[in-house]
Amino acid sequence: MGDLYRRFGPGLSTIFVALVLVWLAGMVLAPNLMMIDYALRPNLPPAAIGGPTDTYSLANIAYLAGEATHRTIFLKTIWASALVALTTFLVCYPIAFWMAQRATVGQLSVVLLLIIIPFFINEVLRTLAWFIILAYRGPLNAVLMNLGIIEAPIRWQGDGGVLAAMVYAYILFMLLPIYNAIESLEKAQIEAARDLGASPWRIHTRVVIPHAKAGIATGFVFTFMLAAGSYVAPALLGAPGSRWFTEIIYNWFFEGGDWNRGAAYALVLLVLCLAVVLVTLKIARVNLADVAK
Amino acid sequence: MSHSVELAGIGMTFGTTRAVSDVTFKVREGEFFSILGPSGCGKTTILRMIAGFIEPTEGRVLIGGRDMKGLGPNQRPTAMIFQSLALFPLMTVWENIAFGLEARGVGKAERRAKAEELLRLIALEGYGNRMPGELSGGQRQRVAIARALAVEPGVLLLDEPLSALDLKLRQHMRAELRALQKRTGVTFIYITHDQSEALAMSDRVAVMSAGLLQQVATPRELYDNPATPFVARFVGETNALAGRITEVAGGQARIETALGALTGRAGQGAAAGQAGTIYIRPEALMPGGATNSLTAKVERVDFEGAFALVHGAFADGAALAASVPSTRLGDAPAPGAEARFGFQPEHAVVLGDG
Repeated sequence: MGDLYRRFGPGLSTIFVALVLVWLAGMVLAPNLMMIDYALRPNLPPAAIGGPTDTYSLANIAYLAGEATHRTIFLKTIWASALVALTTFLVCYPIAFWMAQRATVGQLSVVLLLIIIPFFINEVLRTLAWFIILAYRGPLNAVLMNLGIIEAPIRWQGDGGVLAAMVYAYILFMLLPIYNAIESLEKAQIEAARDLGASPWRIHTRVVIPHAKAGIATGFVFTFMLAAGSYVAPALLGAPGSRWFTEIIYNWFFEGGDWNRGAAYALVLLVLCLAVVLVTLKIARVNLADVAK
Repeated sequence: MSHSVELAGIGMTFGTTRAVSDVTFKVREGEFFSILGPSGCGKTTILRMIAGFIEPTEGRVLIGGRDMKGLGPNQRPTAMIFQSLALFPLMTVWENIAFGLEARGVGKAERRAKAEELLRLIALEGYGNRMPGELSGGQRQRVAIARALAVEPGVLLLDEPLSALDLKLRQHMRAELRALQKRTGVTFIYITHDQSEALAMSDRVAVMSAGLLQQVATPRELYDNPATPFVARFVGETNALAGRITEVAGGQARIETALGALTGRAGQGAAAGQAGTIYIRPEALMPGGATNSLTAKVERVDFEGAFALVHGAFADGAALAASVPSTRLGDAPAPGAEARFGFQPEHAVVLGDG
């Protein structure tokens, strides 16, 4: 802060700080406080708002706990998001390792470009692309049938489709932190491990992954949070049996007309995501400041 | 299995760059062998070919008589000490040392015992549970050596491991490395660009320049009998005077230089009628001197205690470097003056140019 004032002078610095504070208060703090406020109040007709029945309670949260279908979807969203994070990791780690340690400068720029270009397109459109690819009479089924691998088209929509679309959508958030982490690993470390007789598996588990731990944890946290809060992929690619918790929240707001219950559900999701993030970081012994980097 | 290392005509080409050309030499088992050369001369490439990180584009690497072609670094009886040491920063010192054993599936108790044994060898007992980052440069150095020795290699490859240390520690580590090599009997192949390091530690030295092997010899021989002009100039300081060789007889060569006729030992390529150069070591040049008399203009005299280093230029423009013992400093010339020097023929060598 002192540095900021020295560099830009008191006038400009005060404006910067004020803008940040306004942003934090208006865009982060206020909506969350309003969400908590909504979540703890009952859903009342306009006339009863502020009346004797308008009291704070945990009734909306208790409703989620008591509603078996919603509870199941909630828990499923959590583990499925973890599965998305894990799958994304398994896809990204070899690519990140190759990019960071093996690729030439030319190869690296081509691959980075190929990976980043799709992200110029809106997430909804990218998901729509998967919707087309995975359609019942879509290109994937057509190719597989022409190759004789399957005899009848497969209905990809559902859990598999959601997983594929999410892994694709969040690949960059996993790839870049891991790439950055592995990139800083000195090549001689890998050579030394190899020279001492370590198998590729051991080189990765004992040397590369421990070094890249902060990057991997960051990737997991990003991917998990994005997956748990995702709406487009499950809405477009899901089947009735693969509903996502965000869809339930959406329904409370826009179809059930019960904003309070919707807010309560959103709050529970937020708290659980935070818990998962903190536990992950604790396990990886990484602090939030490292993730922010 | 013996652990001699033989390079048979190895060459390495990276794309269009020729890094090493047709290098052949044999390192005996239990020898402290250095490869000396300026940076970019191909010495690290040679080391990496012996280690198995890269395959030579021509020729063969034999260890203990066995062709190493197609064997990876983990399948060769070699262990490498990297210039950066490449200790694993997230493992403790003992885990670092025992990593090679871990890779071989040795149980934890045995690994720990072996690590302790090696910690004793490098005089770092009680440091097993520290992290590499908590050690000093010299201690890290020793841990890297212990880590390499833990896998009981027949050949230890060292890639300028002392270059990161300060001068005093470097000198201390030289003696320590040498003692360790004698104690373990492991063949050491040591890469360096520092000629005093190579001369002080090695049984034999290979001198490289621009991918070509110049000479393989004992330090003494390298200094007294350089085989090529490059070796004569690169190893130790020298006074080089060019001329035409007029006579070669009885192991001596006479050369006609701009400063008159001089006589030295006849070296490689010295033949009458050829262009040649006479190389005289600074300590061979004595003030006054009747034989092989030379005059030079003295520019500077640096008194260093036991010696005074006299710098200047000969009449033909060649640089003068003479190291005069303090006991003879009475005859030494003053800066700015012309002075006469002489040397014994057996203390200079005449080599053919080219």
